[in-house]
Amino acid sequence: MYRYVIKRLLMLIPVIIGISFLVYFVIDLAPGDIISQIAPEDATIEEIQELREEYGFNKPILVRYGEYMAGMLHGDLGTSYITGEPVFQSYMKRLPNTLMLAFASIFVSVMISIPLGILSAVHQGTWRDNITMVVALLGLSMPNFWLGLLLIILFSLNLGLLPSGGYGTFAHIILPAITVGTGLTAMLTRTTRSSMLDVIRQDYLRTARSKGVPEKKVINKHALKNALIPIITVVGTQLASCLGGAIITETVFSWPGVGRLILDSVNSRDIPMVTGCIIMKTITISVILLCVDLLYAVVDPRIKAQYATRGGKAHGR
Amino acid sequence: MADDRMLVSKKYKRRSQGAEIWRRMRKNKGAMLGLALVILIVLTAVFSGVFLDYETDVIGQNISQRLQHPSLAHPMGTDDVGRDVLSRLLYGSRYSLSVGVVAVMIALACGVTLGSIAGFFGGKTEEVIMRASDMLAAVPSILMAIAIVSALGQSTLNLMVAVGITSVPEFVRITRAAVLTVRNQEYIEASRSIGLSEFKIIWSHVLPNCLSPIIVQTTLRVASAIISASSLSFLGLGVPSPDPEWGSMLSAGRKFIRGYGYLTLFPGLAIMVTVLSLNLLGDGLRDALDPKLKK
Repeated sequence: MYRYVIKRLLMLIPVIIGISFLVYFVIDLAPGDIISQIAPEDATIEEIQELREEYGFNKPILVRYGEYMAGMLHGDLGTSYITGEPVFQSYMKRLPNTLMLAFASIFVSVMISIPLGILSAVHQGTWRDNITMVVALLGLSMPNFWLGLLLIILFSLNLGLLPSGGYGTFAHIILPAITVGTGLTAMLTRTTRSSMLDVIRQDYLRTARSKGVPEKKVINKHALKNALIPIITVVGTQLASCLGGAIITETVFSWPGVGRLILDSVNSRDIPMVTGCIIMKTITISVILLCVDLLYAVVDPRIKAQYATRGGKAHGR
Repeated sequence: MADDRMLVSKKYKRRSQGAEIWRRMRKNKGAMLGLALVILIVLTAVFSGVFLDYETDVIGQNISQRLQHPSLAHPMGTDDVGRDVLSRLLYGSRYSLSVGVVAVMIALACGVTLGSIAGFFGGKTEEVIMRASDMLAAVPSILMAIAIVSALGQSTLNLMVAVGITSVPEFVRITRAAVLTVRNQEYIEASRSIGLSEFKIIWSHVLPNCLSPIIVQTTLRVASAIISASSLSFLGLGVPSPDPEWGSMLSAGRKFIRGYGYLTLFPGLAIMVTVLSLNLLGDGLRDALDPKLKK
């Protein structure tokens, strides 16, 4: 088990190098650089040249990337071209907001979708199932920036109940959380339903029923427990992507999270900021996905046994 | 004669695979609704140029008619420079659909090629392709698309490329998985033994047997590509104005959200209906193509 965890963490290193390389180069390809934004309007050509040298733009890109990565080895993710603040610090400042939004959305969608999915599977083919599935598909097909705007129109502009954007109180998080949570709820309801349907016809459920276990317990204990793995997978991947920052939702609601930070930095060509944030994001996502894989072992003893015997070959890949 | 043949086919229930899939599709009301809507939207996109004139109906400004609420003359109202929203939406189906379809075609071409190479040859080649694809998948797709568009410059073609590239890993993964199940079949061994080239084996024997997951994925991916493309347009990185792409119409309407909510309502509705019908069709196709559900 420990060997498996260490192996997975070591595999992060080439991934980080690959991703940072990719991002660094793509952003650098973009026309126009940061100097035109930092330089004062009446700067002479010599002054601009000096600025370029100060920021290292006169060196070839491979050298710059090399220097950046060398800094990263010391745990230095670079400094923002625009604010001059260390990237790590800016990221950490925004992270709590993103965390809050991510957990709020996941919490709401888990609370709604698992009961709905179970209900749908237990009553497969009835009107309850059909309505749930239609609503879930609607939720899945809605662009979330549109949903966000509709919520603003309804709850902020017409009813005046909730703020249309910004950050601070509990009321501020409700609309963004619904926006992020809707797509998630839709997806999770569908996953729960299909996973429960797989389980519900198994022999061990018939056994449980025939020995007189009450139906409620059959569903909640015997069936749900065995249907959990796909559900955990979806929650895990969604949590991971939420933690990376919901760029669109954060833009619609002016939520000061990591996603907005990255978007703004891409727009202003702030290369160290973008690269640094993406590296942090990759680490977060990978660690969460690793936790999900480890959680499989907790839920399913068979997988735990696999880790023990095979010294940890990745499950399900 | 013809009647005789029909009788025979009915008696033995001999149906081609395509007919069998179609029969299962027809039973699925959702899938048929999706199919009908998709056909309708495609027809709108193809023929909108016939009954709408781009210069006058789509981008022609008419300030005297600006910001009119929905009425009989303008069923979906007019925007801030007096353009009829309905005409723009109908014409906009061209942009949204073509971006979605072309982007997925790009992803399909790259993804299926790489995926079948990885699945068929295995070993080091597979390792390299899969790791590279994992890496691309690790960057959130919307962010990658933003970076690509800002690197290449804002245009409709670059939007297609950006959305296409971000969908490649999914196709690589699916194709590889499908190829793995086919690779060791006897007919592959047979075609090897009669001396077919590897390219020929992949193209005419492996891929045709991997089609179902790829077809389903293509349909569903067009839906998500339309959403990604309109999200990018919403952020101001997609189809440049004044072209009536739905996402950029929504983004323009956002400025008038106070009092003129219909400007955000209708373009979003158009996106949702399109995506919904593609999703219905994709789900239906998956059920129809999945032999496990065959009764």
